Amino acid sequence: MSTLISPQAGRQTTSRPDRAGRRPRRRWLLPLWSWLVIAWLASPIIVMIVFGFNDTTGKFNIRWQGFTLRWYRDLFTIPDLTQALENSLTIAVIVTVLATIMGTLLGVALGRYRFRGSGSINLLMFANIAAPEVVLGAALLSLFLTVGVPRGYWTIVIAQVMFSIAYVAVTVRARMAGLDPSLEEAARDLGAGPYATFFRVTLPSIMPGVLAGALLTCALSIDDFIITSFNAGNTVTFPLWVYGASRTGVPPQVNVMGTLIFMLGVLLALVGVVYNRRKV
Amino acid sequence: MSRSRLGARLTPYLLVLPGWLWLVVFFVVPTFVMLSVSTQTGDIVSGFQQTFHWRTYVDGWNQYHTQFIRSIVYGLITTLLCLVIAYPVAYWIAFRGGAHKSSLLFLILLPFFVSFVIRTQSWNFILSDNGMLLSALKNWGLVSQDFHILATAPAVIGGLTYNFLPFMVLPIYVGLERLDPALLEAAADLYGSKTATFRKVVLPLSMPGVFAGVLLTFVPAAADYVNAAILGGARTTMIGNVIQTEYFTNLDYPKASALSFILMAALLLGVFAYARVLGTEDVLDVAAR
Repeated sequence: MSTLISPQAGRQTTSRPDRAGRRPRRRWLLPLWSWLVIAWLASPIIVMIVFGFNDTTGKFNIRWQGFTLRWYRDLFTIPDLTQALENSLTIAVIVTVLATIMGTLLGVALGRYRFRGSGSINLLMFANIAAPEVVLGAALLSLFLTVGVPRGYWTIVIAQVMFSIAYVAVTVRARMAGLDPSLEEAARDLGAGPYATFFRVTLPSIMPGVLAGALLTCALSIDDFIITSFNAGNTVTFPLWVYGASRTGVPPQVNVMGTLIFMLGVLLALVGVVYNRRKV
Repeated sequence: MSRSRLGARLTPYLLVLPGWLWLVVFFVVPTFVMLSVSTQTGDIVSGFQQTFHWRTYVDGWNQYHTQFIRSIVYGLITTLLCLVIAYPVAYWIAFRGGAHKSSLLFLILLPFFVSFVIRTQSWNFILSDNGMLLSALKNWGLVSQDFHILATAPAVIGGLTYNFLPFMVLPIYVGLERLDPALLEAAADLYGSKTATFRKVVLPLSMPGVFAGVLLTFVPAAADYVNAAILGGARTTMIGNVIQTEYFTNLDYPKASALSFILMAALLLGVFAYARVLGTEDVLDVAAR
């Protein structure tokens, strides 16, 4: 567009460097800044991965002492840590299934129907997402203490489903909003019952949203520390174990497990991207 | 006929029922239980009685207002830093990303694939007094031997900024990405300078994204206690640490509940006032992307 600007206009503005032309001299500033930020974001991850290969002898995995694959071989030699990882993974599966089902139903209802009370449900979900984690955890703990429910594995499940439902619902609702209602009408006109319409037409169309919600829930569940720590009792999950160990020194096995979870997550995300591309 | 009409009208309610019930039983009810606990008196041995002792709120505030104010201040500084760091990055990806937009965004999201606690622990490890960064700097004589970063406010704020930065980049990016390029062309056609175009077109239109980002950063940052616990020291204790200690070390449930309630009231009131300007759906939708 600047070619349309007369040379005179260009000259008038030479005193203002930002109008000097189409290609300012500091074009590299923005990419440089962005790449620095990306490097900063990646640095603790790189450190985590690298020090999983550190041939350390003492309890502290601080100084680089040579390359080894020992920690990959000895991955499960700390029973408590292995148990914690197992808890995290099984809890993640249960939470993902429960939260995805309930969240999807909520999202479908909010995205498809106009009904009395939908506004208050939106508000409820908004409050749930906006409320600070400490408070969500503390409130649920107050309930369990008052009613006398012992904290443990299943209270963690309850807590994590509680903070995941709204995320799934919002993701699915957004997907429902973009769905053409005439597709469902067509299915009904062709004689499909409500269940057939839902499972054959609606669900496949909103599947990317459902999957995104499920992945998000799974990630939130494995990662969660604050709410889980309030409702865990004596049950330990992976982040809880790492937090407990952070005072005395984190063993290299933690780096290895972190690396493997990282790789798995990246892989799943890439598969998701490819799947979505194919669909489009 | 009328039966199926009734069924159709009930459908949305049946769909929302399980999720709604779960949120009511494990989110709404607990909040009221916490309110009730906060006005009880007693101790862990002899039990707590409901005495409507609202003074706990006053005592809690008097005892811990330093930590409250510190949390809000840390949260605000973190949000501001995130905004300043994230906006150019989101801008660059949205307008100059070209075919690599998703890949670049993916790089921004990489930290999410590593546990929050491990990321923070990793920073503790990098920044520790004898860690790789400081021992190198000390060897080169760039800083004095007793220089340290851990247990200072910058360490905690740095950790918070690191951990919540992607929450700021994403919504701003979504806002900028939706911006119609024709608007920018129009601005250029009308002889708008780059600065003027940015100030009068791009910036106002990206404000919803900025608002969502501020929301998603400020609340978790102000209420966090993991960063203060792993990267901080006695002088950087935040209100989250206090609540955690009152629950699990001091076993003073009423005070812990009162403090949680003050924190929630303060943050939620701010958030709702904030969301009122935008409408909750907008904020949530941007947040969900």
